[in-house]
Amino acid sequence: MVTQSVTGIESGAVAPSRLAARGVTVGYGTRTVIDELDAAIPPGVITTIIGPNGCGKSTLLRTLSRLLKPTKGAVVLDGEDIGRLRTRDVAKKLGLLPQAPVAPEGLTVGDLVARGRHPHQSWLRQWSSDDAAVVERALAMTGVSDLADRPVDTLSGGQRQRVWISMTLAQGTDLLLLDEPTTYLDLAHAIDVLDLVNDLHESGCTVVMVLHDLNLATRYSDNLIVMRDGSILAQGHPRDVVTADLLHEAFGLRAKVIDDPVGDRPLIVPIGRTHVQLP
Amino acid sequence: MSGADAKPDGAAGRPSLAPGVRLGRVSFVWRPWTVLVTVLLATVAFLLFCLSIGVGDFPIGLSRVAATLLGRGEPVDEFVIMDLRMPRALAGLVVGVALGVSGAITQSVARNPLASPDVLGITGGAGATAVFLVTVSGGTATAIVDSVGLSAAALAGGLGTGLLVYFLAWRRGIDGLRLVLIGISVSAVTEAITAWLLVTADIRDVAQAQAWLVGSLDDRSWDEVRPALRGTLVLLAVVAAVAFQFKPMHLGDDVAAGLGVRYSAVRAVLLLCAVLLAGLAVGAAGPVPFVALVAPQAAMRLARCPTPPMVASGVVGALLLVGADLVARTALPVSLPVGVVTAAIGGPFLVHLLVRANLRG
Repeated sequence: MVTQSVTGIESGAVAPSRLAARGVTVGYGTRTVIDELDAAIPPGVITTIIGPNGCGKSTLLRTLSRLLKPTKGAVVLDGEDIGRLRTRDVAKKLGLLPQAPVAPEGLTVGDLVARGRHPHQSWLRQWSSDDAAVVERALAMTGVSDLADRPVDTLSGGQRQRVWISMTLAQGTDLLLLDEPTTYLDLAHAIDVLDLVNDLHESGCTVVMVLHDLNLATRYSDNLIVMRDGSILAQGHPRDVVTADLLHEAFGLRAKVIDDPVGDRPLIVPIGRTHVQLP
Repeated sequence: MSGADAKPDGAAGRPSLAPGVRLGRVSFVWRPWTVLVTVLLATVAFLLFCLSIGVGDFPIGLSRVAATLLGRGEPVDEFVIMDLRMPRALAGLVVGVALGVSGAITQSVARNPLASPDVLGITGGAGATAVFLVTVSGGTATAIVDSVGLSAAALAGGLGTGLLVYFLAWRRGIDGLRLVLIGISVSAVTEAITAWLLVTADIRDVAQAQAWLVGSLDDRSWDEVRPALRGTLVLLAVVAAVAFQFKPMHLGDDVAAGLGVRYSAVRAVLLLCAVLLAGLAVGAAGPVPFVALVAPQAAMRLARCPTPPMVASGVVGALLLVGADLVARTALPVSLPVGVVTAAIGGPFLVHLLVRANLRG
């Protein structure tokens, strides 16, 4: 078990975590997926949850975002039990992009992103000049301003995902939870979306996401949470966490971990049964 | 109206968002086309309403109808219009609005254009209940009809069936397709019950039940229209109050939850309103087919909205029902029940929807 704290990566400063799971147990029906798990999300960095299929990584993200209610324990947001807060107040602090969302046919990009302002609106105040400014900024930041009039369903997968992230951004939170933002995207579009996620991080957002691709997770995260069977196997900076031993333990994967020739992180080279020439 | 304070100035590179309008502390998104279409449709519906009042054995011109509605009519016109024809015309309007809004809600909640109250078993349940009470002559049935009236009993039947469908379809949430499929199955059961009741019942009761089952506005009186009108107004107020919270739910439950919407509660309230609206409509006019299915889809296309617009759906529903009733009464020498005409319009429209859905899927 290699659980390391990574608060304040390079600087060494210890900032309090804004979002944390404290002894949470979550499941569906009678099946328990996560059992008494503790996890703290370090502020100001990109945290990625990885692990084999069915290990509970999406369940953990959905629990952190209050979509799932733990049967035991609590998720704490800025010092308060998220289950006791009004969901509307949570929405002003925490933005969430679920897995593979679908927009109604014909809904325009502008209208979809504008929907992100919902937590800040009321029955009487359904659209203010503030809203317009924030939505325009969100569209610009994600590079989809030119698409504002287009129906979402006519866009490519990569553009569509940018638009959904834009909507989450329009919510105006500095805490973003993204559930597999690169699902169904080809590698070029996946890189494009993750670069965008990194832009958001640089602009001051704390990001938590679930990714399937280990190398992308390693490249784009400052903090990895590695899960197996509903518990956390390791947590920390990819440089400290990603080792051949850990990959074997978590995924049952044989791999060689080398230095990334174009980055400052490790690179995972998987070793299967075939097409491998080992010295 | 200071208007358009959030309107983008159209400069190059700025996204074109729907402009906002502010009136004091109230602000909303300004969609000129949707508003224009809705106002136009409402005007047409009102004209048909006036026309429908004027048509009959004692024809009254549009201007005299208008004068009477404004309280400046001749005493004869006033009697014919207010006492004899108004209940029928008003019933058409109320039933149309109720069915249109009910359909808009069920289709939006299920995210499926086929999920109308007819398909979800609400209409079938109300129909079976009414037929049961008409055909089974017995102490209890007669007592129920005498004490609460056929309409209220049908409403209760529709509500019961609607709830049954909802609970059968509920599996840790509501899935649109499952709701439609279970609705179709339950509808089939209610129709089987209705058919069985009709086959075994006394022939004179069957005639009465059959007339009711087609959906008709014949011989409505103020006593029948007034409760339907009041009930519909109350329910529309509730729908209007919750509609704002409903907006993000078109994006799916998870997204709505992320945006701070308690979607289970909002959905439950809206579905209950939809069931009650449909039940009231069925109680007042019998199960008029297809209006709840067609109105929201037509409103969506006319108003160019990606989802069924509530207000426009109600307006189109009223237009359809009042118009269909007008056709039913004037097109042929014999007066037909309104349900025959709506079925004639609605059947082909349903085929059109299915073909479109097939092409896409």
